Amino acid sequence: MIRKVVKDAETAVTGLKDNMTLMLGGFGLCGIPENSIAAIRETGVKGLTCISNNAGVDDFGLGLLLQTQQIKKMISSYVGENDLFEKLMLSGELEVELIPQGTLAERCRAAGAGIPAFYTPAGYGTEVALGKEVRWFKGKPHILEHAFEADFAFVKAWKGDEAGNLIFKGTARNFNPMMAMAGKITVAEVEELVPAGELDPNFIHTPGIFVQRIFEGKAYEKRIEQRTVRQAG
Amino acid sequence: MPLDKNGIAQRIAKELEDGYYVNLGIGIPTLVANYIPEGISVEFQSENGILGMGPFPTEAEVDADLINAGKQTITSLPGAAFFDSANSFAMIRGQHVDMTVLGAMEVSEQGDIANWKIPGKMVKGMGGAMDLVASADNIIVAMMHTNREGESKLLKKCTLPLTGVRCVKKVVTNLAVMDIRDGAFVLRELAPGVSIEDVQQATEGTLVIEGDVPVMDL
Repeated sequence: MIRKVVKDAETAVTGLKDNMTLMLGGFGLCGIPENSIAAIRETGVKGLTCISNNAGVDDFGLGLLLQTQQIKKMISSYVGENDLFEKLMLSGELEVELIPQGTLAERCRAAGAGIPAFYTPAGYGTEVALGKEVRWFKGKPHILEHAFEADFAFVKAWKGDEAGNLIFKGTARNFNPMMAMAGKITVAEVEELVPAGELDPNFIHTPGIFVQRIFEGKAYEKRIEQRTVRQAG
Repeated sequence: MPLDKNGIAQRIAKELEDGYYVNLGIGIPTLVANYIPEGISVEFQSENGILGMGPFPTEAEVDADLINAGKQTITSLPGAAFFDSANSFAMIRGQHVDMTVLGAMEVSEQGDIANWKIPGKMVKGMGGAMDLVASADNIIVAMMHTNREGESKLLKKCTLPLTGVRCVKKVVTNLAVMDIRDGAFVLRELAPGVSIEDVQQATEGTLVIEGDVPVMDL
């Protein structure tokens, strides 16, 4: 079996350099690679371009890398939950590219699937379409979007095995599987790492071929952004 | 009396049909789930990766790994499925979702919609709205007829940056139900106690009135 298991997050980020482009899974704070983000912060690398649906909150998720100004540019679909983000953006210290969520997902998927570009109807007639090729199919206008390129992808799964196979839980799956496909080096952190053979191959979400490094994360906080409840009974 | 937000949601819920897969946006659209007509079954899709979304959890059921697109904790119903974001937007762009309800800042008589950006103010992003409006066949906008300054949100032409062009087919506001057809708002129903003149006064875009306009049956 190909060796993929690394002992911790610190080892998993080996090779990370200034000005690299990273993908980070998660939707809001759900399914984010908490341990990897902490390790990236520890390396002190700067000038990062981060592709992630959101940018965390002030003191958690990617907000931790905004605090230390390690991020030069964010590529996201929605960034509303973060005051520090707003401040850095308005002062020009942070570059931001906003793209439609489905386009973001497909640009990740395409990157991992060997599709250099694709046409989508999303954003036609809006500022998202500025400077992009337009082509009509079946009587509808579409714009050309390109696959991303990422030096590293950091994803978080529920369970993983030594072969790099991953299983996600609930809506913590979100962008993680496509980003896993797209990274030149994909680092998966999992809540539970098991020996090969323990996960039923019928229920693997991300096959191990897409994962280069895997480790069991520690002390997951799994912070909830909007805790909404109803009365029991 | 004009409808409140719940009234708008209640009226939109009457557009639901048995077997529909439905995507609800944040705000008034979310309330639609509270008014599903009796005897029909629908499933709610949330674009972050769930079909078969259920109500908010009890305190004991809260699961950080189970949220909706508004980042609220939710539950899943029997028959639910989880999936990744690419698959989620395949459902949306591939027109497998039957009805989309979303809020708006402005809608034009051509069916253009603006709901993601106000120049000069903090830009939060479009999230999945552009994908949703570009693809869905059955898009209903739920919003108040006028903004806080009392200005019409139903315009000849949108003034704010667009989310999508020529995509909205129906608008339900606190005053009326309107279809968008041939470059005009066609008045279909009035909210209880609201007159045609009230709607005319609050609508900057072209308003077409055909025959008798019934009062909404809520």
